[in-house]
Amino acid sequence: MDAIIKKRIKQVLKGDQNAYAEIVELYKDKVYQLCYRMLGNRHEAEDMAQEAFIRAYVNIASFNIELKFSTWLYRIATNLCIDRIRKKKPDYYLDAEVSGTDGLTMYSQIPSDTRLPEDEVENMELQDIIQREISNLPEKYRSVIVLKYIEELSLNEISEILDMPLGTVKTRIHRGREALRHQLRNV
Amino acid sequence: MKCPEKYIAYMHEYLDEEISKEDALELKAHLIKCGDCHRHFQELEKSLALVKSVAHISAPDDFTMRVMNALPKEKKKVGVQRWFRQHPMLTAASLFIVLMMGSLLSTWNTEKALSVSKQPNLVIDHDTVIVPEGEVVKGDVVVRNGSLRVEGQIDGNATVINGENYMASAGQVTGDVEEINAIFEWIWYHMKNTAKEVVNFFEDKENAEEQSLGVAVFL
Repeated sequence: MDAIIKKRIKQVLKGDQNAYAEIVELYKDKVYQLCYRMLGNRHEAEDMAQEAFIRAYVNIASFNIELKFSTWLYRIATNLCIDRIRKKKPDYYLDAEVSGTDGLTMYSQIPSDTRLPEDEVENMELQDIIQREISNLPEKYRSVIVLKYIEELSLNEISEILDMPLGTVKTRIHRGREALRHQLRNV
Repeated sequence: MKCPEKYIAYMHEYLDEEISKEDALELKAHLIKCGDCHRHFQELEKSLALVKSVAHISAPDDFTMRVMNALPKEKKKVGVQRWFRQHPMLTAASLFIVLMMGSLLSTWNTEKALSVSKQPNLVIDHDTVIVPEGEVVKGDVVVRNGSLRVEGQIDGNATVINGENYMASAGQVTGDVEEINAIFEWIWYHMKNTAKEVVNFFEDKENAEEQSLGVAVFL
């Protein structure tokens, strides 16, 4: 896999834009998943994941081909999401009750863009609760928890992606886990 | 909770799979005795199991297509540069042709004044160059932007560019007579001249026989 990626990157560097499509195809799900778990919103996740791939393409010349491409790509995506979270000062939440309605939230105002088979529907609620609790984590714990438990990356890789010492990553994971325990123990 | 903090630290070391064997045994022994810590540990494991259980979602089907469409288009400049890099010989040749054409066209357009090769016995009357009767002009005669009237004799070629050549009945030209008016003829003439000069330059030091042969071959 790494050999294929290296070959494709070299093609992209030579100006073959189409070789990049294969790279996108290989990583799109992981990057999209990362963004979705960080942001908790499909549209934003798609925007950020796209932006991450575009930035990676534009800056591909600065990528050291001897390093792991996925680490570099995740770093771009994570930083974009963190920036987004920090910039975003939401003045309303989708799950806040809409005034003048009886228990209706903004969620009921937007059509679901997921196509789910019948048997997945009952699973839906739990999935939503978990995602909501991930989104409720402070951003510095959220990124490490998502990278560790959803993207299943090693602590070393996470420290590289976030560009912070291993010790800091560990501390944040510990605190993140404690926060999750508090939020999810009654689920 | 009155248990020492270290048990919480052990739990996280355990979850990071970095706990030492002794610490793991100590933690295990403690969890059996202490209900609070046991619950704490179970809650940690449960929350992680929940987080891990969230279904892996996939990017939308048209994701790759959208990314590819959103990429900055390859600039034309880049494409041209790449082409140049891949075809150095063609690049050199086309550059040569462009410069050549440019200089030729500019000479064609700018030179409006009458000019003539320098031979002492040529007579210039307004825009007509006259080879007087009874005179013998040595060497090639080139008239630009004017007419040439040959009443005497030219011992060489006569070339008239952008003008006319009148030959009196007594006039005589030993070499070729050429009239150049159209731009392509002009270019061809220039190229022939350049080629001759180039060949002359290279074969200057060799004997004359070879030189003319070289020109003949080149032309």
